[in-house]
Amino acid sequence: MKKYVSRLPIVGKTFLRADYVVLALHVEANLLREIRPGQFVQLKAEHTSSVFLRRPISIHFVDVEREQMWLLIHIIGEGTEALAQCEVGQTLDCLFPLGNGFTMPAQAGRQMLLIGGGVGLAPMLGYGAALAAQGHTVTFLLGGRRDVDILQYDEFCKYGEVCITTEYGSMGERGFVTQHTVLAQRRFDHIAACGPKPMMVAVARYAAAHDIDCEVSLENMMACGLGACLCCVEHTVKGNVCVCTEGPVFNIKQLNWQL
Amino acid sequence: MAQLAVNIGALSLKNPVMTASGTFGYGYEFADFVDLNRLGGFIVKGTTLRPREGNDYPRMAETTGGMLNCVGLQNKGVDYFCRHIYPRLVDYDTNVLVNVSGSSPEDYAACAERIAALEHIPAIELNISCPNVRDGGMAFGVTTEGAASVVKAVRKAYHKTLIVKLSPNVTSITDIARAVEAEGADAVSLINTLMGMSVDIERRQSRLSIGTGGLSGPCVNPVALRMVWQVAKAVHIPIVGLGGICTAEDAIEFLMCGATAVEIGTANFLDPAVTMKVIDGINAWCDAHGVEDIHDIIGALHD
Repeated sequence: MKKYVSRLPIVGKTFLRADYVVLALHVEANLLREIRPGQFVQLKAEHTSSVFLRRPISIHFVDVEREQMWLLIHIIGEGTEALAQCEVGQTLDCLFPLGNGFTMPAQAGRQMLLIGGGVGLAPMLGYGAALAAQGHTVTFLLGGRRDVDILQYDEFCKYGEVCITTEYGSMGERGFVTQHTVLAQRRFDHIAACGPKPMMVAVARYAAAHDIDCEVSLENMMACGLGACLCCVEHTVKGNVCVCTEGPVFNIKQLNWQL
Repeated sequence: MAQLAVNIGALSLKNPVMTASGTFGYGYEFADFVDLNRLGGFIVKGTTLRPREGNDYPRMAETTGGMLNCVGLQNKGVDYFCRHIYPRLVDYDTNVLVNVSGSSPEDYAACAERIAALEHIPAIELNISCPNVRDGGMAFGVTTEGAASVVKAVRKAYHKTLIVKLSPNVTSITDIARAVEAEGADAVSLINTLMGMSVDIERRQSRLSIGTGGLSGPCVNPVALRMVWQVAKAVHIPIVGLGGICTAEDAIEFLMCGATAVEIGTANFLDPAVTMKVIDGINAWCDAHGVEDIHDIIGALHD
């Protein structure tokens, strides 16, 4: 798949919270059609001298009709802060689309469980939409510390059932995603997860114990995003591989996690 | 359009712009952004006799104006390169160089010998300066005797253009440059990364898995430029300058300080098309300044 580096106009900007913003970038429909759910972009944070490298941001959603690519950005440092300060009408220097993306099931009518924690819920919206469009049954399981951590609830509801856990029980069920009752009630064919590493490890353990096919999306620190710098490696059954090109999505069978 | 072609030993470059080892993969990773045939050359990443897994994650830390890395020469070994990667590189109309690393003079020589057999690889860059591997590279690059011993061994086994990449982590880089020149190096390239460190104070831990790493990017530029200028006055062989080059102006600074060619490294991570912009920029600068031949600015610093 061809990759591009270009200046993309910002056509929409919505703060979901003080520290979470969705930027909608204009991308031509024919390019959007090439993007696979779970892929990411590398954005250059401009107008700041202290940020050196690009920032990897997962693709939140692709709207081919309106020619938009949505990016959900968690503002956690100077780079993401600088990106969040960009306004509609400005352009962003964007390297895209990067990485492999999630697997679309070969068989029809699969039961799909998509688990997202924190900003890790970002790629699940686009993945869920793509799965629903192909006739699969999508269940989202979103986890957070508190109710305000559950972002884009209404958007997720468009493509499947949305289950929620919060650590203090202020929304959905109390506990961690792996404790949600939906796991006992339903048999899922595939699980996909993105979020903090302990959450993904817990999900991977659950999937392995129940013999469910499972993919996780990793977010190792990276520099180039193109497989050149070899900084973002994950230790796998094939040795050290670049998360930016061989990932970010890995089947848990490929990883050397202690499950 | 100025005449931009330069020679490094027997190597003819259509322009002085190459890419630095470890920052440009095997070239094809950048083919969507760069017309590889327009490059003076590209140097594929550090290759060793046997496969290396490299260091543990995390291998990278961002710094002000640069980054630290401790990749540790991860590569699949020279045999894999010859069999699986080299065939993908033979059709490019540019110079493809291999960066060769090792942990003993014999290792280096054996690796260089395999590369010598590859028709379409006209030169190697000898990495005696990797700061991220305990048993290899920099140990040789920091003493005149060590550097000389590796170059001597490789020179016997390798008869094409031999460029030796120097470490800046030394007391006198000119002494090392003279030592490798005396053993028959055709050129030197400098600088490799500067050894550095970054700390996560909340965890009271280094941000790098092995504690230290190599610093690269614009922050090292003044150090690199100074070293190129010093080495240019100390040796008679051509110099390939590198260290934080991001723009045509940066490249021209190196040329003026005495570099015959330059390598662009970390800047490829920020803008994968940067090399094309540097080549175009050098051309435009020469045109704007009435420079008809790039040689007119090489080492042309006024006193």
